[in-house]
Amino acid sequence: MARTRDALPPMTALEDAAPVFSLLGTTAALLEAPGPAMDLPRQQRIWALAQLARHWPEVQEAVPGMNNLMLTFKQAPRDIDSLRERLVLAWAEVTPLPLQGRVIELPVVYGGEGGPHMADVVAHTGLGVDDIVALHSAPLYPVYALGSHPGYCYLGGMDPRIATPRRQAPVLRIPGGSVSIGGFQTGVSASPGPSGWNTIGSTQMCFFDPTQAMPALLQPGDSIRFRVEKVIR
Amino acid sequence: MIEVLRTGALNTVQDLGRYGCLGWGVGTSGAMDNLALSAGNILLGNAPGCAALEVQVFPLRLRFLADCDFALTGADADAQLDDLPLLPWASHSARAGQVLRLGLPDVAALYRSRAYLCLPGGVDVPMVLNSRSTQLRGAFGGLAGRALKTGDVLRAAQARCDGAALALLPPELALPLHCEGSPAVRVLPAAEYDCYTAASQASLWQSEWTITPQSDRYGFRLTGQALQPKVPLEMRSHGIVPGVIQVPPDGQPIVQMRDAQPTGGYPKIGTVIEADLWRLGQMPIGSRIRFLETGWDEALHAQAQLQGWLADVQGQVQLQQGRRGRA
Repeated sequence: MARTRDALPPMTALEDAAPVFSLLGTTAALLEAPGPAMDLPRQQRIWALAQLARHWPEVQEAVPGMNNLMLTFKQAPRDIDSLRERLVLAWAEVTPLPLQGRVIELPVVYGGEGGPHMADVVAHTGLGVDDIVALHSAPLYPVYALGSHPGYCYLGGMDPRIATPRRQAPVLRIPGGSVSIGGFQTGVSASPGPSGWNTIGSTQMCFFDPTQAMPALLQPGDSIRFRVEKVIR
Repeated sequence: MIEVLRTGALNTVQDLGRYGCLGWGVGTSGAMDNLALSAGNILLGNAPGCAALEVQVFPLRLRFLADCDFALTGADADAQLDDLPLLPWASHSARAGQVLRLGLPDVAALYRSRAYLCLPGGVDVPMVLNSRSTQLRGAFGGLAGRALKTGDVLRAAQARCDGAALALLPPELALPLHCEGSPAVRVLPAAEYDCYTAASQASLWQSEWTITPQSDRYGFRLTGQALQPKVPLEMRSHGIVPGVIQVPPDGQPIVQMRDAQPTGGYPKIGTVIEADLWRLGQMPIGSRIRFLETGWDEALHAQAQLQGWLADVQGQVQLQQGRRGRA
């Protein structure tokens, strides 16, 4: 019976370890790329796998995460083991899908009232505010996936030197436009709400409009660049 | 048409949830007790997934501006139509001008804290992204994307229903689930279960968990013996669903509920199965609950049992519709 963390033996020379399949109750299953690292080649494999699996009969939605893929079920399949085998095989065989979309630039005010956890990132990384701002605003961040809340983008490519663990307990409300760091990831909240991440700055942009046929401003493959508007120390 | 005379905060229009939008970051929302919502709709002859009013903050007072049938399910909130006490888990008829009042539910009796007011044809609000559920975080769906407030007017899609004058045995009584005297829900272990110490795994199953006041439609924050991973875990963000039990570094678990975000990054020790999420959705703050370990086949069986219960309700309604047809 597929109960938890059923890692299968390696199936391809492309990866040195098998992906990890697990259950989210009877509602969904999760496939995670092997290893703790997070990179674009694996994400392109996740995008390809999502395009394939969304057409499977038992699948309601195929939702990319950060180097992982969630499949929600129309109805929970009776034979979960065969789904797991099909998914792991597809991961090994799929051709990575390079997506390249548009680039948007977001002006950011770092620190101050809009960046209440900058001090925590300073304390954890041992870096100064200017270094953190420079490292954070340098990359062109590809959108790996959408999630968390309507229009929110998970970004790849953050400099690991400013990685800071998620907070001990989530903050009940951060404002929309909050720029924050959670572990090795960074992102911008699209609306006010709870968050377990460290907020280091703020920006303004409408990321989601439910009246549009494509309600989210960005999709996987698009990119974000953060421009330093101001640093409040 | 129904005018809201008095409401608490955070009473919302919900259906069975919004599907197909996770890839835009839009969670499912939907009724915390989907079984009560479905049963109320079936009593009225509606499709099970019609939109209804979920009442979780009491008291609530509504005035019917026109004759209207309705059904009440979920929490037994001491409902009265003018001065007439109403049976819970039943359908009723109001005349124009009558006032419906829901008082405080007797939460101790049956662990129920949310009531559902179903209307003929459902609550008439626009379909947004394939659902009428209120998406509070995105501020869309339901009634203008927000909770109900005094002075709002709700419309039923129809005035009259094709249902049956029936009262149901609440599912808490028909399908009880307890463990050593405490209400229980079944849990499938999730990806990080094996990363927790043996002592923490044991206390997940063997100790009581209290639902803290920091609990809402997004998630139930529990308190109990802190759950400790063998080594600290830092996860990549991934898809999650209502029912997932996340464990933040403080070791106190959070069960994701219907307004849960569609992704998360805290480790997951287990998932409350979909078939038992309605039970948790009815448990009031302060409840002490137990988790029961389950397996895939048992979880599917539990889901089939719920579908069987709903089919039985449908059968009772059709039986009475048939009698009325012959009369």
